[in-house]
Amino acid sequence: MLRTAADPKGVLSGAHFLDGDHAIAEGALAAGCRFFAGYPITPSTETAERFAERCPSVGGLFIQMEDEIASIGALVGAAWGGQKVMTVTSGPGLSLMLENLGLAVMTETPMVIADVQRAGPSTGLPTLPGQQDMMQVRWGSHGDYRIIALSPDSPQECFDLTVEAFNLSETYRVPVFIMTDETVGHMHEKVVIPPAEAIGVVPRNLYQGPKEDYRPYQFTGKDVAPMVRAGDGYRFHITGLTHDERGYPALTPAQNEKVVTHLCEKIDSNADKIIRLEEEEVDGADVLVVSYGITSRIVSRAVQLAREAGIKAGTLRLITVWPFAEERIRELAGKVRAMVVPEINYGQMVREVERSAAGQCRVISVPHCAGAVHDPNVILAAIKEAST
Amino acid sequence: MSTALDEATFRSESPMAEFLRMERMPHIWCPGCGIGSVVNCFAEAVKKSGFDMDKLAVVSGIGCSGRVAGYVKLDSIHTTHGRAVPVATGLALANPELKVVVFSGDGDIVGIGGNHFIHAARRNMDLMVICINNFTYGMTGGQVTPTTPQTANASTTPYGNYEYPFSLPFLADACGATYVARWTSLHARNVTKSIREALNHKGFSFIEVISPCTTLYQRRNRLGDGMDALSYYREEAEVEKEVDTRDVGIDFQGDITMGRFVRREKPTYLDAVNERYANVLGDEYQLYGMTTPEREEKERREAEGRAKARAQMEDEEARLMAEDLGADEEGLG
Repeated sequence: MLRTAADPKGVLSGAHFLDGDHAIAEGALAAGCRFFAGYPITPSTETAERFAERCPSVGGLFIQMEDEIASIGALVGAAWGGQKVMTVTSGPGLSLMLENLGLAVMTETPMVIADVQRAGPSTGLPTLPGQQDMMQVRWGSHGDYRIIALSPDSPQECFDLTVEAFNLSETYRVPVFIMTDETVGHMHEKVVIPPAEAIGVVPRNLYQGPKEDYRPYQFTGKDVAPMVRAGDGYRFHITGLTHDERGYPALTPAQNEKVVTHLCEKIDSNADKIIRLEEEEVDGADVLVVSYGITSRIVSRAVQLAREAGIKAGTLRLITVWPFAEERIRELAGKVRAMVVPEINYGQMVREVERSAAGQCRVISVPHCAGAVHDPNVILAAIKEAST
Repeated sequence: MSTALDEATFRSESPMAEFLRMERMPHIWCPGCGIGSVVNCFAEAVKKSGFDMDKLAVVSGIGCSGRVAGYVKLDSIHTTHGRAVPVATGLALANPELKVVVFSGDGDIVGIGGNHFIHAARRNMDLMVICINNFTYGMTGGQVTPTTPQTANASTTPYGNYEYPFSLPFLADACGATYVARWTSLHARNVTKSIREALNHKGFSFIEVISPCTTLYQRRNRLGDGMDALSYYREEAEVEKEVDTRDVGIDFQGDITMGRFVRREKPTYLDAVNERYANVLGDEYQLYGMTTPEREEKERREAEGRAKARAQMEDEEARLMAEDLGADEEGLG
């Protein structure tokens, strides 16, 4: 997909000391997002606050909606009004968004949603970290669908991946999630925002042909139809109902198969282009530690200790968590003795690792019921167990 | 003349062809349902007002009324149950050139979507909300709604409704709506005129249209067919001027007070945003790249346009009165 330089107006170039939440807001502005609808929820609110403060002077609009259902609803409307749009939330808010997430998926509406995860279930530990929404975000809305989710492990990556999230969202006309957590969200680190011309931005792919020929959908399972902007005379229709290329309801099982296959395949068939991983000392490793987000930084310490103890341990960090890197995991599962999967939940992504490894190696879950990051020694113990 | 030819003629030559997606006809609504009448009024109002249809968008939720978005030849979004207002809010704010109209039913807008409705009214969001109130959830089979009058029978109140209903004009008024009216689907000219007024109103306008659900509400309550419903409206619905919205509740088959209850000028949400930011940030504030002088010029032109449209409506009204037409259906003056 074509990339252009970012609009310098939204880009706060330079070196900053920012927390992850604020870096997400800067990433959104750099990516050309000019509409933000949100509802306050710990520990994500700082993103909304930053956007609210910054947007009037860069030509954007912030609205605090009455709840998260309304926030994501407003994004659907604003995206078809021509804007790049985002919201931010945490577990309980994500739960509320799930129905309209389905609407966004079904209408193929681009948007970015950051989930600064906290410990649950329910109100749980609102001010403490978790990675417990990993499956909710993937499966929580009803029906079959795909989304894209990225998981930053630092404020710098919060910035970088938010820009990337917008680009993916425009490329595939799909909601893209930033799955971060309270620790990264509230951690202050150096964040370097490049000059605008060094930031690649995918602009909205707007339809250019004759008005009467416009079709909001094409069910190719590979790419997506261009969009239009309400008010430009295309008189488009979109619906959450099963629909044809014109966007009109087409309520048959055959059409639903076309639509659902497309929604899934446009992501699955492009998975190799979407998925980003970071691997370290994977060749010749006996044990591979698979992690994402803040947990990968704890893993660094655990692996360092393991190597000092003479264990050949490699790491694989999922920068893209959804779609899941099943091919790479399957390949590596044939080469290592075991995989260790620490995550700040009772075992979620480990199921994907296990499924992808398909019995070729042991897969050891290192769960944590959330509220804190792991003690590196707990991960170390699992690595030691895995190496025997 | 063959049926096929009739259909083709209907599609191409219907007076609604310009306004409806004729390729989607016939619609799904039952015989005697009032939704189609309201859509007709809407089309008529748009036509009369000369409003640029490219700048008009319709957003709807779920239910029978939710299907309106799919039939009108406008930019249109058919959303989830109760969520038309937030989607419309996003659309209107993302492209302030648009006039966004929400078509809804009673269950959709004040049942599941009640929270969004009251907040959009509170913000004076520049939206027109048309609620076709038939006192029932039609699409799901006739369940009780927040507007069902007490004692009325519904599939989930098989022994008669015991809940206190909302009076929608009172709710809208109390929440801050700046245009509030109620009619019935029988009073097509009033509905048309009211929609036309709302098209030229800047801010949150709410028009309730009491309308029959013949298949469920009428039948379940043994109230006869669509004609019987319209007879009831003719007998019991009265236009009242200067009425307090606290006094317009509707009892089962009781009086229906109609009229334009509220019309007041108040800055819209976006007006308030613009004013606040322009005051604090001066020239630095440029929503979607528009400078303050550019915006003020645009607002001035729009206000002139609205004033002109209003004057034109008043002239027409005076002419009609002079010709002694429409004297029996006043109430908008």
